[in-house]
Amino acid sequence: MRYSAWQVLKQGLTGHTGWKPAFRTPDPRPSYDVVIIGGGGHGLATAWYLASVHGITNVAVLEKGWLGSGNIGRNTTIIRSNYLLPGNEPFYELSMKLWEGLEQDVNYNSMVSQRGILNLAHTDAQIDSYARRGNAMHMAGAGGKLLDTDGVRKLCPFLEFDTARFPIKGGLWQPRAGTARHDAVAWGFARAADQRGVDIIQNCEVTGIVREGGRVTGVDTSRGRISAPKVAVCVAGNSSRVMAMADRRLPIESHVLQAFVSEGLKPVIPGVITFGAGHFYVSQSDKGGLVFGGDLDGYNSYAQRGNLPVVHEILEAGMAMMPSIGRAKMLRSWGGIMDMSMDGSPFIDRTDIPGLYFNGGWCYGGFKATPASGYCYAHLIATDSPHETATAYRLDRLRSGHPIDERGAGAQPNLH
Amino acid sequence: MKRVSDGLVDRSRDLNFSFDGKQFAGHPGDTLASALLANGQTLVGRSFKYHRPRGIFSAGVEEPNALVEIGRGARLDPNVRATVQELYDGLSAGSQNWRGSLRHDLMAVNDLAAPLLAAGFYYKTFMWPKAFWEKLYEPLIRHSAGLGKLSMQPDPDAYDTGYLFADLLIIGTGPAGLAAALAAGRSGARVIVCEEDFLMGGRLNSEQQHVDGVASSTWAANTVAELKAMSNVRVMTRTSVFGAYDHGVFGALERITDHVGHQDQSARQIMWRIRARRSILAAGATERHIAYPDNDRPGIMLAGAVRTYLNRYGVAPGEQIAVYTNNDDGWRTAIDLAAANVEVTAVIDTRDTPPPVDTSGLGNAVLVRGANIVKTTGRHALTSVTLDTGVTVPSDCLAVSGGWNPNVHLSCHQRGRPAWREDIASFVPAGDLPVGMGIAGAANGELSLGAALRSGHDATAQALAALSHGADIGQPPQAVDEACEITPCWHVAHEAKGLRKAWSRSWVDLQNDVTSKDVTLSVQEGFTAVEHVKRYTTLGMATDQGKTSNVLGLAILAEATGQSIPDTGTTIFRPPWTPVPIAAFAGASRGEAFRPVRHTPSHAWAESQGATFTESGLWLRAQWFAKPGESTWRETVDREVEQTRSGVGVCDVTTLGKIDVQGNDAAAFLDRVYANTFSTLAVGKVRYGLMLREDGFAMDDGTAARFSDTHYVVTTTTANAVGVFRHMEFCRQCLWPGMDVHLVSTTEAWAQFAIAGPHSRELVSRLVDELDVSNEAFPFMACAETTICNGVPARLFRISFSGELAYELAVPARYGDALMAHMNDTGKDLGAVPYGLEALNVMRIEKGHATGNELNGQTTAGDIGLGRMVSQKKDCIGNVLSHRDGLAAADRPRLVGFRPVDKSVQLRAGVHFVSHGKDVITENDEGWMTSVAYSPSLGHFIGLGYLQNGADRMGDLVRACDPLRGEEYEVEICSPHFLDPEGDRLRA
Amino acid sequence: MQIPHPLLGLRDASEFVYLGDASLLQRPEVPEGADMGDSVLLDAFHEYLHLRDNPAGEHRELWFHEQGDRSWLVVTRNTTTHEITDCVLARDLVSR
Repeated sequence: MRYSAWQVLKQGLTGHTGWKPAFRTPDPRPSYDVVIIGGGGHGLATAWYLASVHGITNVAVLEKGWLGSGNIGRNTTIIRSNYLLPGNEPFYELSMKLWEGLEQDVNYNSMVSQRGILNLAHTDAQIDSYARRGNAMHMAGAGGKLLDTDGVRKLCPFLEFDTARFPIKGGLWQPRAGTARHDAVAWGFARAADQRGVDIIQNCEVTGIVREGGRVTGVDTSRGRISAPKVAVCVAGNSSRVMAMADRRLPIESHVLQAFVSEGLKPVIPGVITFGAGHFYVSQSDKGGLVFGGDLDGYNSYAQRGNLPVVHEILEAGMAMMPSIGRAKMLRSWGGIMDMSMDGSPFIDRTDIPGLYFNGGWCYGGFKATPASGYCYAHLIATDSPHETATAYRLDRLRSGHPIDERGAGAQPNLH
Repeated sequence: MKRVSDGLVDRSRDLNFSFDGKQFAGHPGDTLASALLANGQTLVGRSFKYHRPRGIFSAGVEEPNALVEIGRGARLDPNVRATVQELYDGLSAGSQNWRGSLRHDLMAVNDLAAPLLAAGFYYKTFMWPKAFWEKLYEPLIRHSAGLGKLSMQPDPDAYDTGYLFADLLIIGTGPAGLAAALAAGRSGARVIVCEEDFLMGGRLNSEQQHVDGVASSTWAANTVAELKAMSNVRVMTRTSVFGAYDHGVFGALERITDHVGHQDQSARQIMWRIRARRSILAAGATERHIAYPDNDRPGIMLAGAVRTYLNRYGVAPGEQIAVYTNNDDGWRTAIDLAAANVEVTAVIDTRDTPPPVDTSGLGNAVLVRGANIVKTTGRHALTSVTLDTGVTVPSDCLAVSGGWNPNVHLSCHQRGRPAWREDIASFVPAGDLPVGMGIAGAANGELSLGAALRSGHDATAQALAALSHGADIGQPPQAVDEACEITPCWHVAHEAKGLRKAWSRSWVDLQNDVTSKDVTLSVQEGFTAVEHVKRYTTLGMATDQGKTSNVLGLAILAEATGQSIPDTGTTIFRPPWTPVPIAAFAGASRGEAFRPVRHTPSHAWAESQGATFTESGLWLRAQWFAKPGESTWRETVDREVEQTRSGVGVCDVTTLGKIDVQGNDAAAFLDRVYANTFSTLAVGKVRYGLMLREDGFAMDDGTAARFSDTHYVVTTTTANAVGVFRHMEFCRQCLWPGMDVHLVSTTEAWAQFAIAGPHSRELVSRLVDELDVSNEAFPFMACAETTICNGVPARLFRISFSGELAYELAVPARYGDALMAHMNDTGKDLGAVPYGLEALNVMRIEKGHATGNELNGQTTAGDIGLGRMVSQKKDCIGNVLSHRDGLAAADRPRLVGFRPVDKSVQLRAGVHFVSHGKDVITENDEGWMTSVAYSPSLGHFIGLGYLQNGADRMGDLVRACDPLRGEEYEVEICSPHFLDPEGDRLRA
Repeated sequence: MQIPHPLLGLRDASEFVYLGDASLLQRPEVPEGADMGDSVLLDAFHEYLHLRDNPAGEHRELWFHEQGDRSWLVVTRNTTTHEITDCVLARDLVSR
């Protein structure tokens, strides 16, 4: 069934009896052409692009919990393509272009909303680095604008300008950036992939990776063995655990990142704003909640919850940036597990084990990458060669000395 | 509706307040909600989606409907629950979320379209045409969504933060909490008792019950008085414990002035971090409702809340009140109402069992068993309810009880998953409780008064045992165990027929307008996991976090999927328990007090000279020293550079990190930490040092001066001072603990000044006591420990960042200010001037020195032309990995200089370099400009930057492309050493 | 979180700076006179610096008491529950 205003009207007048499940709940078959481990945003996007771009539909997506239960369902919904380095920027710009056509592509309203992102600068050096970044964005077709203090004031008059500890000197503004409704992204991809014949199997935990004769031939799961010549790992937050089943160590540490939402409020914030003198960013959802976050707690964790000191730190930065949110109340906080890589950038690559593919290490930038990650991963799985925008995301790049280190923080995951 | 008794309010005093501009009066002890009810104000708000009229539903923090705005201007507080807001004189409240007026809300048109607006409708439409989302659909949705308004003015109130420590933290002061606190207080342990209400006692104040033979509210008051008299007990009212964190840390918000309005003298709220060895969660239970058609009308209220209004506030929330219950507790509402001479029109029990109470006092009330409500009437207020038996009962208030949910919230903050208890048809705490937490009373499913008191007492006994704190804690208080049987009834089938059917709804989540139909539609569409239902329907995502709706919703879900309720499970409970203002988390850390300010030793002097300051990390540094008549900062900086290069300039460089390195292995240690070698450095000499990270990239640079065989002083950049010290301690303690070396950070201990320019030697010679500073005796890169100005200890280094003959002079920090003044005074005839950070930057760019813009963590020693400094003979941090292919590649961008072909062009940092004839796209990107400055010495702009094969392209032209700012110009590639490349000046 | 400092008792975790896996204590040996670009050495340093077990469960990790006595500690902490079961001075561990 195609979703449309007409369909909403028709169903509304007939008691909604005609809506069908958005996706089937099939039992796993004994074998597939491709098994994707992980029914999150990237896994589902991969399935969709395998089906829609490469015509590969004999695919299973295995999800140990409920569909979309990982980071696709617990991020702060920001999409942007304002990266610096040539290994990253064209990839994220591909993602932005895919976002721009996503809803029509999958026939699902994921509320992709291009209301812009503003990165504030508080020092001359920050302005210089934003200029470098802004030009890199322009050269990749991503656009952007460098604002001075007045330009920032015009866009966001409610920020702290006059009594700031770190006065705002300008900002980098990408109008095409924005937000998307995270759950709906997963559901949209799932529904579209399902309609092409992909089996999305929830409550099916992978317990082992089956190898025969040096290559991967399938997976063992809580619902039995499933064989496949190609097994694609796509399990943000569990990358090390799953790859350990194949006896591989990764250049990844898992960290907890907290996120927060306020009570619903009438619209006050235009797009996404990030603070440049501390860790804080904020946007406002269509429902009215201020969605905000900041830095990692900083220690390895798989617990999906954080601690108070970081909450204080983040909200101190928030109040320093815009003291007008002081009387908004935090309604809910939560934590997600970030697979932090050693250079702050992701991997989309074949492993040294034939038939085993790896996608992970997205740090806290995975959501915005969802369409391009799926697109490039599908390309890799289908053609066994990397997509042109993702050639830098190799697993051996740290050994060969080609890190993609946007922040210049070095091999310490919690600094990226 | 009227005040039928005193309850626990003080009716001898009036408090005037307004609601939507209308004046009312209440009394001390009232909440805004009780005062509104006493004044007959039934309609208080509008629901989120359909803008249905809504009335007060509860008497506590679980309130989904009665959200109001309090205060005005910058103190406007949105989404305040009227049910917990204490009344004060002059309180001004307004309703929210309507257009037009509360009574006549234009947005109520949404309700007419309700059949189209079912769960998830927006995922299926608004996609065409594409551009309309941001331009039309989304703005419409955004403006109709949201609840209260933010003023968008800076919050003018003060907030504070604090730390508390306890052996035992008791959360909640209902019967279980007070019994626990009493026992704990008697034991002598250090106890903190937190109550979110302004009145301690919880349900003890809402019921007509007895403890130890006295009225329950009297017992509560007596017990609180006893606790307050104990020196080992800290009693905190108006304090919500909102989160349980690792290792016994709790977050708590204490409201100091919210009950009296703004007070200048005091912080509005205090955010406490409480560290407790043990804790007892005695947070009580929250009543839930039942999903039956049209169950959202103003006047429909939780049965327990009706008792609270009646018994605690003396207010009858209606004149003809019906009761609808699936459990014994609901009957108590009817009994209490009748005892207060309020007319009870009906008691409808969904169970077909005999009444659990003596009904003789209920007068003419219709008593119906085994029946359900299938219809209600009344637009802005309830007028009647109709039963499935066909009977219609006139009522202006309906008291509903669907059972009680233990407040398990805090018990789940560390992934505890509550367990289902069939006998009370509710979830109780289970699984991974926060470390050291015990649960007591209704929070643990002990729903009768006697059991709650006993379990509170027992919880303390267990906590004390765990603390090995043996003491006599006496006997638990005594009370009867009243009947509290329940037979679940979650929802009632719809009776409406035909067209009306589409509008016939049973609400589950009253604030977010989630109905039972939405839940079943969600299941129909394949969203069957409890988290899917929450996300698809928004069930439980409103400001009340589903306190009254979640369990009801998942029971309906369980029925729709055929799973049991425990198999369906709950969503995850997350902090905070109740919403917490953002400002409270920030406390005093905002505005200029966001972070501490570090001043250099000569800050006051610089201020007196009219310096302009700029932030450098936490430091404030003098940026330039404008003189009268100078109209632009460039004019000032040009002068400072020229005067320094022609005379002498002084600059406070104290912010550079300084680390004292001492020990027999100091030299060997530095050899391992720095890429270059320091063991070969002669005593009395300084050497430039480059430090790598273990991954082979440049980490920091600075100098190391050797004062003796076993004593070095190293400097770091300002930005990396803390990180380099941490790294060196890591090397010392973790990698080479056997080395005899010790490190002390002395950044703040020494004031340090750069003294630069052709007359610097003369100035220095006027300062030193005995040291011979002639070029022969104290050549370039010499250092000495000496005295100046008649005995002030000092360290002198002949090093130069500016490229001039220059020194750095360090004195103990307390002499810094005086020395700065003295140098400028003594050197007046030499043309001595202070120079700031900008001039320093201009001079270092003229000399091609790298700073943060160049050493940005992405560059190698080779990139900045220092590849040969990395010793090939010794192991040091970063040496091995600097040999990786990617770091050693010949075509990496190299640091070079740039000058504009058109000398009038202003260069800008951040431009990218592209060769002639190529498109300005990523593939053709050859590098970027890192730093630029106007060189007064050369009379035009100069720049530093990284360029592919830069070292081999001297003299070539390249395009500097700045699409971001719409500029492009040609630059010539040149050596980064713009001035005195041979270094004659600094050796002069 | 609170960290049981072996010298100072329970201290709030916010006084500390976290580095990572305690395997960073085992820096590879570089033999005297070795070729710094030797691929075996490069492999060893790559594994040391970049690859992690990243376990869900017990984890030995390095914390620096920056706002305290500036000692580096090796803390044994469970990454799924955050429970800390051991805490020692790093230099004691390495010297042993």
